[in-house]
Amino acid sequence: MELFIKYPMALQLTRAHLEAIADHGARDYPSECCGVLLGNDTGLLKQVRELAAIRNLRQDQALAEELLPLAQPELESERNRFLMDPGELRRIEAEGRRRGLDIIGYYHSHPDHSAQPSEYDREHAWPWVSYVIMKIEAGRAGDYASWVLAEDRSRFESEPIDVVDVQAAPESA
Amino acid sequence: MAVKVIIPTPLRQYTDKRDSIETTGATVAEALAGLTTQYSALRRHLYNEEGKLRSFVNIYLNDEDIRYLQKDKTPLNDNDVISIVPSIAGGAAFGYRAIEFPA
Ligand SMILES: [Zn+2]
Repeated sequence: MELFIKYPMALQLTRAHLEAIADHGARDYPSECCGVLLGNDTGLLKQVRELAAIRNLRQDQALAEELLPLAQPELESERNRFLMDPGELRRIEAEGRRRGLDIIGYYHSHPDHSAQPSEYDREHAWPWVSYVIMKIEAGRAGDYASWVLAEDRSRFESEPIDVVDVQAAPESA
Repeated sequence: MAVKVIIPTPLRQYTDKRDSIETTGATVAEALAGLTTQYSALRRHLYNEEGKLRSFVNIYLNDEDIRYLQKDKTPLNDNDVISIVPSIAGGAAFGYRAIEFPA
């Protein structure tokens, strides 16, 4: 019999990381916020070491439209869409790499909407990376969940989250 | 032309963990075709069902977005560097406000 265990098996982050995502979501409410999870893949876990907030380019409609046009602009805006500023993203990735940190995932908020990924999330998702979604209801943080795109792109799979108070030092350091 | 393609982190599981791949081609399209022939699992993440590059896949040639050059017909020179740069996008489902009821 074959066992199907997927590695890394969980996303590990600290309470402080979750609070930072909640604060960012509340600050940008009713718009969606977005950011990057920087850390390492230990083989067993994706360990988040730092967060980096990224500007939601949907607030600059003309520029966002040039990079990634919306299918139904009358229904889509920064209230239910995010697009990360590609320049900021490249800078943060390069800075992270210099310190031995990779982009292991992304987070975004769902203002007044559940932490379930949308069809739009799935269509635009990249494999392997974690997608943490936090519900922000009436300006306050609600449920959160982490998701990973299935290999055939057909759906998101729920990813276990390991919330810790303090993280062990990186093994390789 | 012999060129190098920079692979973003989410796609490295399909390239034996390598962050750059050497390939050849006269144009960007040919180089990417070479890459996805070598590593076929990349294809579904880079191209849609119609075989076109997905809208959230950006291709840079030596730091210049190819949409401002000649798109995937942009000719290559030896030692050019092609970067696959993901657009990171998402959002919530829309229309939910219309079905909101007072508590
Ligand atoms: Zn979403």
